[in-house]
Amino acid sequence: MSTSTVNIPPQFEIVDRPLDTQMTISMGPQHPSTHGVLRLELVLDGEMVVKATPDIGYLHTGMEKLFEYKKYQQGIVITDRMDYLNPLGNNLAYVMAVEKLLALEIPERAQTIRVLTCELQRIASHLVWLGTHALDIGAMTVFFYCFREREKILNLIEAASGGRLTPSYFRIGGLMMDLPAGFERRVKQFLDGFLKSVDEFHTLLTGNRIFQKRTQGVGVISAEDAIDWGLSGPCLRGSGVDLDIRRASPYTGYEKYDFEIPTESDGDVWARYIVRMREMNESHKIVTQALSRLKPGPVKADAPKVVLPDREAMKQHMDALIHHFLIVAEGFDVPAGEVYMPIEASKGELGVYVKSDGGPKPSRVHFRGPSFVNLSALPQMAEGAMIADIVAIIGSLDIVLGEIDR
Amino acid sequence: MTNGADNDRDLPRQTSTTSTKSSTPSPLVTALQRAHPDWIAEVREAYGEITVMVQREHIQVVCSQLKNSPEARFDFLADLCGVDRGPEEEPRFEVNYHLFSTTIHHRVRLKVLLSEDDLHVPTVTNVWRTANWHERETFDLFGIIFDGHPDLRRILLPDDWQGHALRKDFPLRGYEPYSLK
Repeated sequence: MSTSTVNIPPQFEIVDRPLDTQMTISMGPQHPSTHGVLRLELVLDGEMVVKATPDIGYLHTGMEKLFEYKKYQQGIVITDRMDYLNPLGNNLAYVMAVEKLLALEIPERAQTIRVLTCELQRIASHLVWLGTHALDIGAMTVFFYCFREREKILNLIEAASGGRLTPSYFRIGGLMMDLPAGFERRVKQFLDGFLKSVDEFHTLLTGNRIFQKRTQGVGVISAEDAIDWGLSGPCLRGSGVDLDIRRASPYTGYEKYDFEIPTESDGDVWARYIVRMREMNESHKIVTQALSRLKPGPVKADAPKVVLPDREAMKQHMDALIHHFLIVAEGFDVPAGEVYMPIEASKGELGVYVKSDGGPKPSRVHFRGPSFVNLSALPQMAEGAMIADIVAIIGSLDIVLGEIDR
Repeated sequence: MTNGADNDRDLPRQTSTTSTKSSTPSPLVTALQRAHPDWIAEVREAYGEITVMVQREHIQVVCSQLKNSPEARFDFLADLCGVDRGPEEEPRFEVNYHLFSTTIHHRVRLKVLLSEDDLHVPTVTNVWRTANWHERETFDLFGIIFDGHPDLRRILLPDDWQGHALRKDFPLRGYEPYSLK
């Protein structure tokens, strides 16, 4: 190190390390296996990682600040851009937080459709994880199969909402609109073929000796450490902690569905892989049940001051037209207070903290992104691993930088 | 503390559709308040959530007490976030701790109030290691200093960033040279 006047942050300073054995390298932010713009500061002893320090913020766009300048209903589109692999989950957490403040009652059909589409989205999110995780480790074929299946889900979401990656399908008080005609048939068609695809993934990966060697016993974290580091979702369940918010504090009607919570006790990359693979089957189960629970009915709450009226009603009724104008032009007032709404997103606990001062815009919106917290445990898992294992560990954490940096 | 008056307003009741399975920890915190009246200023309940106003200097002991007591078992720090109530408010800043128990499945929110001229609060990284990044984020965006934090650096914004972006008096599009004006 030269002795220039540049102030070197203490974590980069080399202390007590013989120069001939250790070196510091920067991995990312353009590295393809960091799943976005994550940079890692790795201190290596040969090929062994002595210390890994994540450096984030490259994708920070000040979304939480933006919320304070937007009306409540305008915030929904911002949430799409956080965890862009699971946008419906973000929509759900945000609208449910605002609905909690407004004490809105959501109709049964809207809740069922929320569960149905969110579980489809969870499968789609897990498929991207599986494809890229396998690709990082060197198994390329899986990627194409995963994206083939994901394409079908994106088509379904597009049919329902009009958007593929940024659906913004949920509204405060219900849904944007009802499902299109023939949607149920298309979902059934997808479900019929999906379990076979999961078997294909298993054929490609689970029995593969190279994949097993690359993942078993790598990136181990114990249950106590996982809880202490705040891990959630499949990462926590991979360490043997039986915790799923859909079961622990059910929301939007999850208590009525019959599904299992897969757990594995080893806490390594392999355990997290198995948990997610089994979760796709469980989501398949939930979607099947949601389809059979779909009954005709309204998809918007009976709250004319919050929920936009139907187009037809606006042409017939003066008050509907006035409400429409007021909601669009001025927004609606939300009672003062604060709520924290946690849901089980595809990556773990997604918590939304909303604080209202009583106006049409929130005073503070904070997102507890599961990727943010899961990534903070990376130094613990990476210590002592090989440099090639870092790629496997990052893949198993299933991070999305849009959510970490917000 | 001047926060006693404004919590009596009519708050809408939580919708009854959500499950009532997990017990609320309110008897726990009221017992804690009774045992140590100097730790906890007030306990509020709204929207089915419990907010405990904790005196700043006792936040560490309240946290470890709630984490380790066999009835509470708040072993999981779900979230930690700052709030700016606006430059004219006193106290201006809040730090919220959202606690969760992985075994009993109940939640509680701890709240510490801070005035602008003394933005120091003890760290809770020695209670839960996950607080590390949350506290760094709160420091980065609000300028709240967590005393005893092992690595209190900016996390989302660049090291040379001036100001704290989530404060109410920070403009949405920032200052020069970063602003796009």
